[in-house]
Amino acid sequence: MHIPDGYLGPQTYGSMFAVMVPLWAKAYSSMKKKVKEETIPLIAIGSAFSFVIMMFNIPIPGGTTGHAVGSVLLSILFGPWTALILTSIVLIIQALIFGDGGITAIGANCFNMAFAMPFVGYYIYRLIRGKSPISSKRSLIGAGVGAYIGLNVAALLTALELGIQPIIAKDSQGLPLYCPYPLKVTIPAMMIEHLLLFGIIEAVVTVLVLYYLVKTGILKEESYHE
Amino acid sequence: MSKTKKLFIGILVLVLLSPLGILLPYFFKSGSAWGEWGPDELKEMIGYVPKGLERLSSFWNPIFPDYNLKIWIEKGLFYEILGYVITGLLGVTIVIGITYLIILVDKKTKNR
Repeated sequence: MHIPDGYLGPQTYGSMFAVMVPLWAKAYSSMKKKVKEETIPLIAIGSAFSFVIMMFNIPIPGGTTGHAVGSVLLSILFGPWTALILTSIVLIIQALIFGDGGITAIGANCFNMAFAMPFVGYYIYRLIRGKSPISSKRSLIGAGVGAYIGLNVAALLTALELGIQPIIAKDSQGLPLYCPYPLKVTIPAMMIEHLLLFGIIEAVVTVLVLYYLVKTGILKEESYHE
Repeated sequence: MSKTKKLFIGILVLVLLSPLGILLPYFFKSGSAWGEWGPDELKEMIGYVPKGLERLSSFWNPIFPDYNLKIWIEKGLFYEILGYVITGLLGVTIVIGITYLIILVDKKTKNR
């Protein structure tokens, strides 16, 4: 889901940066208000977790690969705005140092995986959890459903951003300038694999880590941002 | 052992296990993630490289492309695994460092 350089034209990647700048600013000031001294090491471990979990490429035999992102888990633990900052740090480092995701696509990739995904996942989680404690079954189910839907929303946004390219940018011969595949290819290609496999993996990872943190008492009745 | 230390060791264990992320796709003959093909791969698939894509795709030269050391590219699976662990450790260190930096700058502005 890391869009590389060249798949999005300037109109698209420019707009995505323009959308992200105020979101980064808001996330930064929101985190500033909430972060407590004693949670800082855990927050740093949280971003490291997101980085390392993305290295576990899961294969579809004979097909493509995909991986979990971890940003819904971060939003449950530290709140969606802090999750936005942490996931953005990871995505920017991946692009700059490892060539995983394009530099021009940083805005789009952050919008999909660091903004849309943790926010959608978080509010679904809160809705399902209701007033139950964080260790409750409802909380764990909410985390799984939130992670599954969050990842799929990010996949759908990626498919839309890629699929509009052949419509909005053609060269003099009428060939696509950037991503060559139209929406009717990008949407099924992205959604089938994320709905059937990668979304489930995201849900399992999120629930297992939350369960572990609750079971070992590392996570108290209230999550860190409350 | 403190909780933070325990979790940090958990991250290190994950980095050591991370080569599974290249071994499993290797054994199941899976290619790139959908939509993340390089220009060469794309040319094989559709017969041409879109002009804008070609121009933009080479504009950045990362230090560790594909989570490997440049000298170890095309040197086989063993070096790929080694490179994956080394760059994984480096990535974790950088991500933790930047996270601390951002929060500490944060703290300073708050205390002012």
